[in-house]
Amino acid sequence: MARTLINLPKSIRRGDTVEIQTLIAHPMETGYRPGSDGVILARDLIRHFKCFFSDASGQDLVFSAELFPAISANPYLAFHLRATGNGTLTLIWEGDQGFRQTETVALQVTD
Amino acid sequence: MLSIESKTVRAIQTPLISASTTTRRQALAVGLGLSAAVLVRPAAATQDEMTQAMNAFAAGARIQVGRVFLDVARLVDNGNAVPATVSVESPMSPTDHVTAIAIFNERNPQTEVASFQLGPRGGLAKVSTRIRLATTQKLAAVARMNDGSCWSHTIEVFVTLAACIETD
Repeated sequence: MARTLINLPKSIRRGDTVEIQTLIAHPMETGYRPGSDGVILARDLIRHFKCFFSDASGQDLVFSAELFPAISANPYLAFHLRATGNGTLTLIWEGDQGFRQTETVALQVTD
Repeated sequence: MLSIESKTVRAIQTPLISASTTTRRQALAVGLGLSAAVLVRPAAATQDEMTQAMNAFAAGARIQVGRVFLDVARLVDNGNAVPATVSVESPMSPTDHVTAIAIFNERNPQTEVASFQLGPRGGLAKVSTRIRLATTQKLAAVARMNDGSCWSHTIEVFVTLAACIETD
């Protein structure tokens, strides 16, 4: 399991637009770079990222991203969400060599 | 007077001679050119590829300039992790919102950098990430709206330390 960091504001009021910052530990090997022995290192990328918001009424896709070799190692992604109510955020990273990681964060709003 | 004439004659003759026989100087120049071509690696994307990729993303819509702001430092010290933020002027309402944003570059090995799908749930069309830049080049961000129109912003960045060069 790769380490992840997921940042939300400390307190969220209903109706606020909040920034969700995510970071995951991953080399994002481009497949263009030679190693110390001169042989090109195999490509190892995170290809897709998705963020779902789910509450009693169902699940919505908030944001998704397709990543290419030009994304830095330990991919950082920050995006926004309109906080309409309490719920759960599900974040999914998928990549080469069967990489898949899912994290969930509770979203608590105050009135 | 006589010497000038003889020089002129020689100047005319020289190209004729060198066209038939390869001089040592020419052979060296060719050798240098070949080795320079071999050293260039890996193949970089080009301006054409970038334009093609942008048009493919636009899916037939005309890419207009404006509404999008691609925020990247103009002078980049380290091309391995360059903070990049794209923001689009949009109310992000169910009737008027950004559906997708893509970032393209001109001179990395691959012209695509990232593409993002957004919706009215997001509330604000602003996405940040960190990217790799192989060299001084142009970057473009294109945003597609829910009505199908496409907007873009192109910038030029100067990179002093390139990504993809150092090895483990």
